[in-house]
Amino acid sequence: MGPLYQIFVDPFVQMAQAPDLLVQTLWEGLVGGMLYALIALGFVLIFKASGVFNFAQGIMVVFAALTLVGLHSAGVPAFLALGLSIAVMFALAFTVERVVLRPLINQPDIILFMATFGITYFLIGFGEFVFGGDPKVMIADQLYLPKGTVTYKTLGGVVSLQKMDIAAAVIASIMVAGLAVFFSKTRIGRALRAVADSHSAALSVGISLEQIWVIVWFAAGLVALVTGIFWGARSDVSFALDVIALKALPVLILGGLTSIPGAIVGGLIIGIGEKIGEFYWGPLIGGGTDSWFAYVIALVFLLFRPQGLFGERIIERV
Amino acid sequence: MRAPGGPEVSVGDVLLAVEDVSLSFGGVKAVSNVSFDIRKGEIRAIIGPNGAGKTSMLNIINGFYHPQQGRITFKGETRSQMRPHEAAFGGIARTFQNVALFRGMTALDNIMAGRTLKMNSNFFWQLLRYGPAMTEEVEHRHFVEGIIDFLKIQEIRRVPVGRLPYGLQKRVELGRALAMEPDLLLLDEPMAGMNLEEKEDMSRFVLDVNDHFGTTIALIEHDMGVVMDLSDRVVVLDHGIKIADGTPDDVKSNQAVLDAYLGVAH
Repeated sequence: MGPLYQIFVDPFVQMAQAPDLLVQTLWEGLVGGMLYALIALGFVLIFKASGVFNFAQGIMVVFAALTLVGLHSAGVPAFLALGLSIAVMFALAFTVERVVLRPLINQPDIILFMATFGITYFLIGFGEFVFGGDPKVMIADQLYLPKGTVTYKTLGGVVSLQKMDIAAAVIASIMVAGLAVFFSKTRIGRALRAVADSHSAALSVGISLEQIWVIVWFAAGLVALVTGIFWGARSDVSFALDVIALKALPVLILGGLTSIPGAIVGGLIIGIGEKIGEFYWGPLIGGGTDSWFAYVIALVFLLFRPQGLFGERIIERV
Repeated sequence: MRAPGGPEVSVGDVLLAVEDVSLSFGGVKAVSNVSFDIRKGEIRAIIGPNGAGKTSMLNIINGFYHPQQGRITFKGETRSQMRPHEAAFGGIARTFQNVALFRGMTALDNIMAGRTLKMNSNFFWQLLRYGPAMTEEVEHRHFVEGIIDFLKIQEIRRVPVGRLPYGLQKRVELGRALAMEPDLLLLDEPMAGMNLEEKEDMSRFVLDVNDHFGTTIALIEHDMGVVMDLSDRVVVLDHGIKIADGTPDDVKSNQAVLDAYLGVAH
């Protein structure tokens, strides 16, 4: 068997021979992709409303999860801790607007981008100072997240789904649907899209930039909290988690920086592509594909659609 | 709109007055010690050569720029600077020199955005699109349709504004400002870059807005013919300094104005 056969034929033969494995792989990719999509969603929310590429989004996921676990281990009941974590994310949004965004208003984007590096390192330091740097276990049981697996005997084999993953899928879908309705149907949503398009025009119709920024950073904080809970439940809660933020980059390249559907579809494509690639093509090169395969997928897409799948086509009038 | 009896009295009470306003960026003086007023119901033009500080003046009035010195009196309330939100809330609407629209949204949504401050149903109802929020949305939509009819842009209401030709974009922008039901409308070069026909259309809209809705208008314009035809009073700026203020005829014959526009032999 030549290498061409191994690359272009054999993996598909394997898929056809064991459809149950294929379904299992697809499901795992889907779940992973959903979490990437959530992180990318946090980026998109903030980028849309303020043009800021928020480097701190990944660390916000960790910080949110850490706050939740830290409060619980300090003796706060689980659901109260959840409520308090939401309050902390609001306080964070409010502080970022006051201390970072407002003084830097009208500065070039690169300055704001650099400022989000500052936020990142502040959150790492502050989080370690308050909650300690050791990895913690997510309080999944206390939040009544389901445990165990559901097993289906189909396709000549067994497909098993983690109940936790199903819960994550359901909650993420509800949250995304909620955000979509919020942004397309409400006055605040319309104001937010307005701010995204033109700051000065938004100001001229009486939209308050400050208020909108607090709202989007808070929304991004909530998304971070949900992501942190589910990601933390899959591994554990530590600052090592922030590498998942890097996974959001290919998702953003793929989906376009300004598109919420793009973040979701992009996340799912990357997640599924990564798992399929690892399972069927990984062995050919000795495995270890998961750290870079996502970027390859993004690059291939970029060749054909430089603006991303759902990105706005840039039309420049000359 | 001359009052019978007094020859000097034009139009109504003072709606907005700037007194002794100065604004500089670093060492550059954009506006120096300028005072003038805008009276209710009039069309007030601000003219001057490039770099005269006209746009800076509009930006001061609607709170985008904060002058280092001077007072701004709007509707009888005096302050040292406006804030954009205050200005919008107080009834000052504006358009921009280089059209600032929400490019991704349709013409209709752009104009609806002008109703932002008029909507007040609570967030929960909005989310459900039911009850008070629905009634409110319908009322505002009705109002906005009126503006769309007025500006004759019915066919393009569903078109994302980024795709519209320039002249229509300017019209949508005017629509958004009108949706705010402003007491004072600031127009920054409403006819810039337009052909003759579009200029005539726009001039008619400006006059109609002034007539039908009684909206006070302050406009910056370069086309002298347009300025002389439209405006009740004209203030002339040059290098940030006020060099003339009066009726179009007064200004036209003013030596300082002629010098500023045509240059002086040194």
